[in-house]
Amino acid sequence: MAKKPRIKVPKTAKSGETILIKTLMSHKMETGVRKNKKTGKLIPRKIINKFVCKFNGKEVMSADLHPAVAANPYFAFYAKATESGTFDFEWIEDGGKTITASGDIVVT
Amino acid sequence: MNFINNITRVTSLLGIASLLLAYTTNVSHSGSNPNPQGVNKMKSGYHWATAPTREMQDDDFSNPAFLWVDIGSEQWTTKDGEAGKSCASCHSGVETMKGVAATYPKYSAEDGKLRAVQHQINNCRTQQMKAKPWKWESDNMLGVAALVKNQSKGMPIKVKVTGEAQPFYNKGKKSYMLRRGGLDMSCKNCHMDYTDTRIRANILSNGLGNGFPTYRLKWQKIGSLHRRFRGCNKNVRATPFKSGSDVYTNLELFLTAHAMGMEIETPSVRN
Repeated sequence: MAKKPRIKVPKTAKSGETILIKTLMSHKMETGVRKNKKTGKLIPRKIINKFVCKFNGKEVMSADLHPAVAANPYFAFYAKATESGTFDFEWIEDGGKTITASGDIVVT
Repeated sequence: MNFINNITRVTSLLGIASLLLAYTTNVSHSGSNPNPQGVNKMKSGYHWATAPTREMQDDDFSNPAFLWVDIGSEQWTTKDGEAGKSCASCHSGVETMKGVAATYPKYSAEDGKLRAVQHQINNCRTQQMKAKPWKWESDNMLGVAALVKNQSKGMPIKVKVTGEAQPFYNKGKKSYMLRRGGLDMSCKNCHMDYTDTRIRANILSNGLGNGFPTYRLKWQKIGSLHRRFRGCNKNVRATPFKSGSDVYTNLELFLTAHAMGMEIETPSVRN
């Protein structure tokens, strides 16, 4: 069964307020240096190499990930609430596959 | 006269030195010991966890074990097997499991032996749902086991070790004390005799199971107590038993009895 990413965006916020956004992605983060114990062959690298967070289509935060990052990468960051809208999260895996999630916020 | 004086001086100096020694050892203990229970009482592995690890566990969101708890919640309502039932068909909401896990492993008259939470889940699957049993270390099994145990989080462990469970407790105790493997070591040697001391870079804990299934940073995923047993057995160069075997279930009861009254932390985060 595919595990889903967990995201936490506050449902409401006051205008100008600093909000904390948390994301937890379920991923094995295969480094590419491990060997298959039986065959001795390298297990190909498969990690999430990029994480992007957009607010109403505009990028607010992004990160490049490398093989030393542990499994199930967790990101927490702050943003300033200015208007209501949607946070779109995107995790890009080696090979180009993307996993997305989104969270809405109402700013009063 | 002078000679006697000197002796008294030496002894008093010795006395001060031993006092100082006692003082410093006490300080070093209390420094790493926010638990007021003292060093001789059983403590959860949380006590020895580093601050960042504790932080991960304290926040249910940053705790990666909850990825598996989410799987568990999904499985709870997923119908499976020929009977077309899910866990929720009999048990309704998972909240009904509150306090249940605190009493496991439990004697089952049907099996004539102990059942861990995982055995009970598989028993439900095969008997009630007519579905295939899950593998012990599968994501689904770990997920549902963690979900069920999580319902009892913060509740004191209360297992039965008398009556029918007594012989199994005794067996568990025996295997805890039994020296095994190339290093000829028992569980007791590390986790009772040398608690609070270092084994290479790690500090030995009481080795209790109150946070299992736990997210272990070394494993980079959640794992069962029996997997941890297997790891310990391999460390002392012994052939591990199978997860879910009687030996490990009996040992689980002994350990759980050790942690009697301690709060359940499932799912915990450990190094």
